[in-house]
Amino acid sequence: MDHFPTNWGRPRNDLNDAYNTYPLHQRPYNGPKDTFADGVQRTQQPIVTGTSVLAIKYKDGVMMAADTLASYGSLARFKDIQRLHPVGSHTVLGAGGDMSDFQYIQTSLDTLLIEEEITQNDGHSLGPSEIHEYLKFLMYGRRSKFDPLWNSIIVGGVKDGRSFLGYVDLLGVTYEAKTLATGYGAYIAQPLLRDAVEEREGQENSITEEEARKILETSMRVLFYRDARSLNKYQVATITAAGISISESQHLSTEWSFAEGIRGYGAQTQ
Amino acid sequence: MDGKTAPQMRHFNPYSDNGGTILAIAGQDFAVIAGDTRQTVGYEIQTRYAPKVFRLNDKAVLAVNGFAADGNMFVKKVKQKLEMYRHAHAKDMPLRAIARLIQTMLYAQRFFPYYVYNILGGIEEDGSGAVYSFDPVGSYERESCRAAGAAQSLVQPFLDNQIYFKNQQPIPGGPPHPVHLPLSRVIALVTDSFTSATERHIEVGDELEMFIVLSRSHPQQSLDPRLNATEVSTTASGEKVFVIRRPLKRD
Repeated sequence: MDHFPTNWGRPRNDLNDAYNTYPLHQRPYNGPKDTFADGVQRTQQPIVTGTSVLAIKYKDGVMMAADTLASYGSLARFKDIQRLHPVGSHTVLGAGGDMSDFQYIQTSLDTLLIEEEITQNDGHSLGPSEIHEYLKFLMYGRRSKFDPLWNSIIVGGVKDGRSFLGYVDLLGVTYEAKTLATGYGAYIAQPLLRDAVEEREGQENSITEEEARKILETSMRVLFYRDARSLNKYQVATITAAGISISESQHLSTEWSFAEGIRGYGAQTQ
Repeated sequence: MDGKTAPQMRHFNPYSDNGGTILAIAGQDFAVIAGDTRQTVGYEIQTRYAPKVFRLNDKAVLAVNGFAADGNMFVKKVKQKLEMYRHAHAKDMPLRAIARLIQTMLYAQRFFPYYVYNILGGIEEDGSGAVYSFDPVGSYERESCRAAGAAQSLVQPFLDNQIYFKNQQPIPGGPPHPVHLPLSRVIALVTDSFTSATERHIEVGDELEMFIVLSRSHPQQSLDPRLNATEVSTTASGEKVFVIRRPLKRD
């Protein structure tokens, strides 16, 4: 029996969910201390974490969804945190993993944008592929200093009539695809998203906004049923040629009456 | 379990393995450099199209395999150096010089290596087809064929048998084994290598991307139209570079 409550109800292997707090961060140590033993302290584990982000390309651009929960280990700590962040007028970021690292990234990108779009004021603006490239260097640079930003980030956007959907994580690994999912979503939702897109092979651009919204809602519901670090409140971002819109948080309807019929677990034997 | 005694931390591993396989074969006056386009981590397919083979100039193509973040960053830096060379010398860097450049760049990171296996293919200054293969810290040699990556152990023995004719006896009284194979035969071997690797290795599949570099001394300066190749070379007088893309199984 493990008598340490913070370890209860956790996956046995943290490879299952590399972006979650495990274990809860170290408590203060009040014993004798060698000041120079550790050298510099770096991010070694995520603390307050967000779970999956989902995204899909559709007819008019890119749609992205993320729930509004920031967990502290298995504790649902902050239930109204926005994990979708607009950058300029063509791009939205969605992040899983450490929320303080994500907020640092938001700040540094906002500063970059002030320099690139307001100070220079040359009529050029940063598109999603430029933001993605910048983040790749930021994340890869930090992993090479052994001081990673503990996130997996989806970058989506539309500029000059081209839609872009890319991924970057704490290692600096990047890729692009028609559908993307981070964290548990990569296991559970990505197959659903691919199913929806690949059944229209060759005519992906025919997915309407309503259909994309429907696909994402279904996937978010499945995630809420299965991912113990998720919440039934989520936001959807759409990025089209017309601009960015990030919705108010929406409630996921769920059906639990089937649970009445389950027999054979725990003390219930009949 | 006592959570207080030892600091509990998730150790940070700066590397991952992103699967996939690359392959290059040199002929007398051509080179073929190929790779699949699947990118994986563990059992997860991250994307079905992430290129691993890159045209450097009209006579050199580089394939990178291993840790994708290092691979992309490495190719970017090689391309930057080649561009600076062009500005300084008003010509493309020769293949053997690119090979030495790559060894120097890899060894410079000897104590925090790029976790990448490189295969460089193309045409030498004497017009011959060449393949250079590297390990992650820069050891390299010129060969006539090399496979690397997830399915290296499946593909390389097949190549040893079909290119070097290992364990094959020539017909008594017949002709000896050929030293160089014709282009059509090499393309067939590359295609078969990847379809077979796709069958038996879960990290290989989705799409085959094959670059073909033809020397100026190659008798044909174009490819069979049935191959559906796209020309990507930039000058009419230099070596010719083509790309062929073929679907592989996606399961």
